[in-house]
Amino acid sequence: MSNEKVTAATWIQDLVEPETRSWEEFYRNRWQYDKKVRSTHGVNCTGSCTWEIHVKDGIVTWELQGLDYPKLDPSLPPYEPRGCQRGISFSWYLYSPIRVKYPYIRGALLDNWKKYRKQHADPVDAWAALMADPESRARYQRARGKGGFRRSTWKTVNEIMAAANIYTAKKWGPDRVTGFSPIPAMSMLSYAAGSRFLQLFGGVNLSFYDWYCDLPPASPEIWGEQTDVNESADWFNAKMLAVMGSNLNMTRTPDCHFAAEARHNGTKMVVLAPDFNQVAKYADEWIALNAGQDGAFWMAVNHVILSEFHVKRTVPMFMDYQRRFTDCPFLVEVSEDGPGRLLRANTIERYKNVEKGEWKFLVWDDETGDVKMPKGTAGFRWQSEKGQWNLECKDGLDNSEYTPALSFLDNCSVVVQVAFDDYTRETQYKRGVPVKRIKTLQGEKTVATIYDVLMAQYGANRGLDGEYPRNYDDADAPFTPAWQEKWTGIDRKDVIKFAREWASTAEHTGGKCTVIIGAGINHWYHNNLIYRSAIHSMMFCGCIGKNGGGMAHYVGQEKLAPAAPWGAIAFAQDWIGAPRLQNAPSWHYVHSDQWRYEREFTEYAAGPKKHTDLNSGHTMDVQTKAVRMGWLPWFPQYDKNSIELVKEAEAAGCKTDDEIVKWVVQQLKDKKIRYTVEDPDAQEAWPRVWYIWRGNALQASAKGQEFFFRHYLGTTDNAIAPEVAKGHVKETVFREAVTGKMDLVVDINFRMDTSALYSDIVLPTATWYEKADLNSTDMHSFIHPLSEAVPPCWESKSDWDIFKGICKHTGEMAKKHLPGEVREIWSAPLLHDTPAEVSQPEVKDWALGECDPIPGKTMPNMRVITHNFEQLYDRYCSFGPKVRAGGLHAHGVDYQIADFYDEWIEHKPVHEFEGKKYPSLESAVDACEAVLYFSSECNGELAYRAFEDQEKKTGLVMTDLGADSRSVRFGYKDLQSQPRRLLTSPVWSAITNGGRAYSPFTMNVEKMLPWRTLTGRQHYYLDHEGYIDNGEQVPTYKPSPLPKNYGDLSVSKADGKTKMLNYLTPHGKWHIHSTYGDTLRMMTLSRGCEPFWMNDHDAKELDIIDNDFVEVHNDNGVVVVRCVVSARIPRGVCIIYHSPERTLGVPKSPLRGYTRAGAHNSLTRVRLKPVLMMGGYGQFTFYFNYWGPTGVNRDTHILVRKLEKLVY
Amino acid sequence: MDVRAQVTTVFHLDKCIGCHTCSIACKNIWTDREGTEYMWWNNVETKPGTGYPTKWEDQSKYNGGWERTKNGKLRLKSTSKKSIPFNIFHNPNLPTLDDYYEPWTYKYEDLFNAPEQSSQVTAMPKSLITGEIIEHIKSGPNWDDDLSGSPIYAENDPNLSAVSDDIRKQMFAVERLAFFYFPRICNHCLNPACVASCPSGALYKRGEDGIVLLNQERCRAWRSCISACPYKKTYYNWSTGKSEKCILCFPRIESGQAPACMHSCVGRIRYIGMTLYDADRIVEVANLDDNQLAEGMRSLILDPRDPEVIEAAQRNGVHDSVIEAAQNSPSYKFIKTWKLALPPHPEFRTLPMLWYVPPLSPVLASLDTGKVSNSTDELFESVEKFRMPISYLANLLSGGNEGLIRYSLKKMLAVRMLQRHKTVGDIERGTVDKMLKEADTTEREATEIYRLTSLATFDERFSIPPAHREEAIESVGVVQEHKASAGFGFKFAPRRGL
Repeated sequence: MSNEKVTAATWIQDLVEPETRSWEEFYRNRWQYDKKVRSTHGVNCTGSCTWEIHVKDGIVTWELQGLDYPKLDPSLPPYEPRGCQRGISFSWYLYSPIRVKYPYIRGALLDNWKKYRKQHADPVDAWAALMADPESRARYQRARGKGGFRRSTWKTVNEIMAAANIYTAKKWGPDRVTGFSPIPAMSMLSYAAGSRFLQLFGGVNLSFYDWYCDLPPASPEIWGEQTDVNESADWFNAKMLAVMGSNLNMTRTPDCHFAAEARHNGTKMVVLAPDFNQVAKYADEWIALNAGQDGAFWMAVNHVILSEFHVKRTVPMFMDYQRRFTDCPFLVEVSEDGPGRLLRANTIERYKNVEKGEWKFLVWDDETGDVKMPKGTAGFRWQSEKGQWNLECKDGLDNSEYTPALSFLDNCSVVVQVAFDDYTRETQYKRGVPVKRIKTLQGEKTVATIYDVLMAQYGANRGLDGEYPRNYDDADAPFTPAWQEKWTGIDRKDVIKFAREWASTAEHTGGKCTVIIGAGINHWYHNNLIYRSAIHSMMFCGCIGKNGGGMAHYVGQEKLAPAAPWGAIAFAQDWIGAPRLQNAPSWHYVHSDQWRYEREFTEYAAGPKKHTDLNSGHTMDVQTKAVRMGWLPWFPQYDKNSIELVKEAEAAGCKTDDEIVKWVVQQLKDKKIRYTVEDPDAQEAWPRVWYIWRGNALQASAKGQEFFFRHYLGTTDNAIAPEVAKGHVKETVFREAVTGKMDLVVDINFRMDTSALYSDIVLPTATWYEKADLNSTDMHSFIHPLSEAVPPCWESKSDWDIFKGICKHTGEMAKKHLPGEVREIWSAPLLHDTPAEVSQPEVKDWALGECDPIPGKTMPNMRVITHNFEQLYDRYCSFGPKVRAGGLHAHGVDYQIADFYDEWIEHKPVHEFEGKKYPSLESAVDACEAVLYFSSECNGELAYRAFEDQEKKTGLVMTDLGADSRSVRFGYKDLQSQPRRLLTSPVWSAITNGGRAYSPFTMNVEKMLPWRTLTGRQHYYLDHEGYIDNGEQVPTYKPSPLPKNYGDLSVSKADGKTKMLNYLTPHGKWHIHSTYGDTLRMMTLSRGCEPFWMNDHDAKELDIIDNDFVEVHNDNGVVVVRCVVSARIPRGVCIIYHSPERTLGVPKSPLRGYTRAGAHNSLTRVRLKPVLMMGGYGQFTFYFNYWGPTGVNRDTHILVRKLEKLVY
Repeated sequence: MDVRAQVTTVFHLDKCIGCHTCSIACKNIWTDREGTEYMWWNNVETKPGTGYPTKWEDQSKYNGGWERTKNGKLRLKSTSKKSIPFNIFHNPNLPTLDDYYEPWTYKYEDLFNAPEQSSQVTAMPKSLITGEIIEHIKSGPNWDDDLSGSPIYAENDPNLSAVSDDIRKQMFAVERLAFFYFPRICNHCLNPACVASCPSGALYKRGEDGIVLLNQERCRAWRSCISACPYKKTYYNWSTGKSEKCILCFPRIESGQAPACMHSCVGRIRYIGMTLYDADRIVEVANLDDNQLAEGMRSLILDPRDPEVIEAAQRNGVHDSVIEAAQNSPSYKFIKTWKLALPPHPEFRTLPMLWYVPPLSPVLASLDTGKVSNSTDELFESVEKFRMPISYLANLLSGGNEGLIRYSLKKMLAVRMLQRHKTVGDIERGTVDKMLKEADTTEREATEIYRLTSLATFDERFSIPPAHREEAIESVGVVQEHKASAGFGFKFAPRRGL
């Protein structure tokens, strides 16, 4: 056949004979499989995707997405498929060479254990002897991370762990046994397993959401809410989408289509990002602002919105919204020095006798020309009479209706020139604020509306005297479009245009503007200010509480939908009811001694010049104050064993629990007992035993990793930062540094990640295709099961069974060492959603003699609690009696379950001990069923009950929302057959009836239900004394800390051609945190590593070309990795996507004498923002993962150079 | 009229998020074996970029596809069957390992087994081919993802040749910087060069659905298909000694399911449906000038509701249910009715049956005052102000025909304007009507485009034609017996020399 005759037609006619096609079974056979099982991935990605796991020959061969989500409203795109490149790679792990198949133990520990075990018949005695031998202890600590693992047996490792638990409780106190496991929502029963063990034991859970810096502090500041966000389908309802710090296709992979699809439905999408990031690809506009300067942009946007839509012209909907749903009309005291505290109702003659009058606030009634006391404030929530906590515009004393004044502009007594801070020029400016003089019991007070204060702060010119901006082009006056240019690098025209489109879209649509935001913003030191300014742009335009509107913050899978029953199980509320829940940022900052490497925070953090206790000094001192004031938790509690303390109190003659508590308080007052935070390096203060499961505590979650290695583990580290805190801390003992605080580190894992590599014991756990569990997310409104497609492989067990085993062995050893009922003193901070949030109207420190120490009011809550360590196993396996008696609680909502509890005992599996029957939690499936059965999100009758409870509290009609689904129930098997949509419940804030997409606070707006804040409204203004001292009572802009002050580069030297760059660690494409990043799939599709991304011009100046090895370093540590050179990265910044492991192909570092280099967290060290430690006051009251300082890390700088020599 | 049936795919690039879930769905099922490590039947490229294998679009390097001869015939660029025997040991047009990459893994087991040492343990990369340690990994199948290494990679994209030097420079500066994703599978072409090139006749195009397959029993490892395919979508399995390629998941299609890559497309960018085409005109169309090819290809696709077409199809043995599937085909709408989708590199003349809707992109910026500015008075910017140059897209998707790109982008913009008008109301009706008219569309059509782009369910995106396997099986045996005996037999792993 000649070449010329080879024409197309020849080939098309070439129909192949059927016989010759029998070979096609080659591929057909591969496609055959034996069964499909529904499961998902528990990995804190927020995806919560339903997957079909395909099993062939008893082996998991591949997974594909399930497509059977029930439909929402038909005008919305469907939720299918869900799942990403990472999730679909998971099956690789099951049979891979990185799978942990058996229990492992570090050889150096095992040898020493064997030595002492031979000498002691009792394992607890053997552990005690090993701990008493500093040489042996240091020997195995030094070996951490350096190999020498040995395969072990469950019997051996259970014995060691049980011995360490019992020894630690006896010798130091149970609160020296700590666990870290993040993000329960991703596999909630696996989390609950470990935390249930810890809380039955008296141990400590570490928080994660704040430590990861996933918690947006602006959310509790404004809404009294941890986080509550739109499900992704609701993006489709938005008509303008601003995306910042959130790289949707990288991190919201299964949801991203809603944004793309919204655009084809006429939505405008704007991306704010310093780099041309992946989501910018389908923006209408990419606003290429300078890294970390989003706050300046939004402050200017708000300036324009107020100037044009509130002043030049008013939009009635915007005004009405301010009056009803925000704190704008509330009266605040002002002076020339600045705006101060809210005016309290009990300062006015008319209201002086109302209950909780300090916690009720006032507005000005335009109709009567007098003050009124709105319902719905914190005082109405916590007063004895219920039913007045609502947002109706009615006076709380006489029910008279009123029209709240937003402004005194037209009827003020006088205009006061009020001082506002300008942190960019370190100066103050004075702007006129219209005020009224109001007669109070303390004499005349000058008050303004919060709205008028905001107008002044944002510089909206209403013709008042003072240093108001002349116009948009006034570059010196905060916060004009011209002013923001020097921070953002964005032309003023763009800001003005954006603001107009934003407000105009909201006006046309009734508030359908959404900000999608994420870790790219939330990890800056001043993240709360940036968030507040962006949220204000939506509050000013009435966008919060609307479908298609709101602050869609997605950083971490924080939403555990069936929160109430799960919380009871996870924190042993059913048996003990006294959990020890520690905010991890404080714990790590203190215990890993990162505080020792910095001086006063005022060295780097912008703030007012006038210094007070709450805005200056060393972060460590504010931390200490926060502990004794009851603002933040602290464990270990005291420098004495909390079990021994009860015995001492009894020896001192105390009979009742109250007397024991009083005795301990007196001891604290007399400084005979100390909070361990005051002397954190004393051996009484050390955390001793650390359980890590479902997370990578020593890598992805180890901010300041090298300090973890040094102070927790006692192994080799790469930090060179000098210790500088001495002489700069006032209330903290600075003693010689301690290395190796941890006696025992246990990691429960299915893969050998960095945490496992550095642990003493590694326990093999079932993967997400080998166990029963539940998974929920805020990205959608369904709940998913994890299922056993195949049984736990090799010797692995589910987390539920692993901790059940630990309970069993620990309980057995307790029979001899801690028998019967054991009492100890328990301490915890003042809690949000309890009456304690109205306990400290002023900051008064008992330790300074400013007030008396009163537990639960001026200091932490304290109680005597009783354990039964012998019953650990039986209690673990039973849903205990306290929930039957006391009901379940979440987010301030309560409901009773006694009838369902009894029904369960009648019809479902029970666990029986000491002659009593309890609902069984023996198996993970039992526990899943219990969570679903007792939840208001999956049991319609309980949702109805929860609404009844809300009706009582608010006096509003609420049960209509639960009436239609009262008979709905779904259990574990139902979830396995098809995803189920969660019911509308007052535990959450959205109305989703009739297929509506979940949009937060729609219930508040549509039902006049208060937010859980001081005023019950959304807060622009934050009047905690600490906020006023720090100048953050009003929204503002504070510049990022400067690298020369921040202390990451104080001793690091520019060696050879070197550049300093701002070090960014956003979430990456090829991993979810560190998971998947070590799979062959992801490593192949990336570059075989998580590279260092830098700008092409920056690289050229350092003679670096793409794929060269670079050495990246600062005082904290060092990274050696290959680089990617790209024009899409702006000059002056670099990126290592969070979070690679340091286990795969990591070279050694020439700058550190050829020790093994680290990974991204090697370069970080955590700073805590003290204003976020404030507490005991309304929404500024602690709750686990809800409130407290966050682990910021975005302001870090590094030096980079070409690697001089590649050595492994 | 010679009417034939072709399963035809459309990828909506504006929706592609570059996640590569498709690639792994495919890999897990089909190419996770020894010898297939480097095969990515489905891959996703960042454009501009050099792709996989590197610079595959550069036919001056690879000589793939067809060329026109002086006398108006078509000829394979790479080789002829006659010349193959002379190049048995050296096929000059094959990509080398450097054009692909050396597959690697890690010594994961060291993390468990390494004895105690002075420094932290690390698991070294090693070659999956030789087992040797690799200290410095130098390439991979997705090396220039997300514009990585733009000075080396993106700037060497062959499609940039049509773009003016000025714009080309700008594309790597903040004002113009842009990229998009380009997912690729086998195009199951109407004029497949791979089929034409195979000396063993191992490659064929299935009559019932047009899927191009490579017979694993007949393949004799000539590898001429690899050279001939201008998209580099056939691969040589070094373990079995056979070449393999994307099979469009025919076992799934035959059972009414979407191919795995499409099933798993979480950007919801993929559409599949049956089309009917006129095989008589293939040669004629494949001979058109470069910028005429895309429209020529559209003209090959026939209206499945036209009685003449239906009759001709039936005459050719196309099953009624298949004709019905063609009538409900989302691909037909995107390609033919709405003229939104375009073929990749039609100038390779293989007549690819995977079509792409071109991507919108952000508005251009300026740096007039030293500050970045996107500012104009428009809510949505006109297509001329998009960051991605039309000339670039034309080089990729329309044989250089910029008008077709502009047409498609303008129509998408008109759809957005109409929907904005309906859902927000801040655009005047008159403005919208003008836009619709300029974009050659109507409110009714625009609404349909919106619905299929944004709201489409799985069943609306994927119209899988019935396979009628009973008829296929009947032609080689008794179906009743097949029912009773399917699956019995012994399995033999494929080995070299099969």
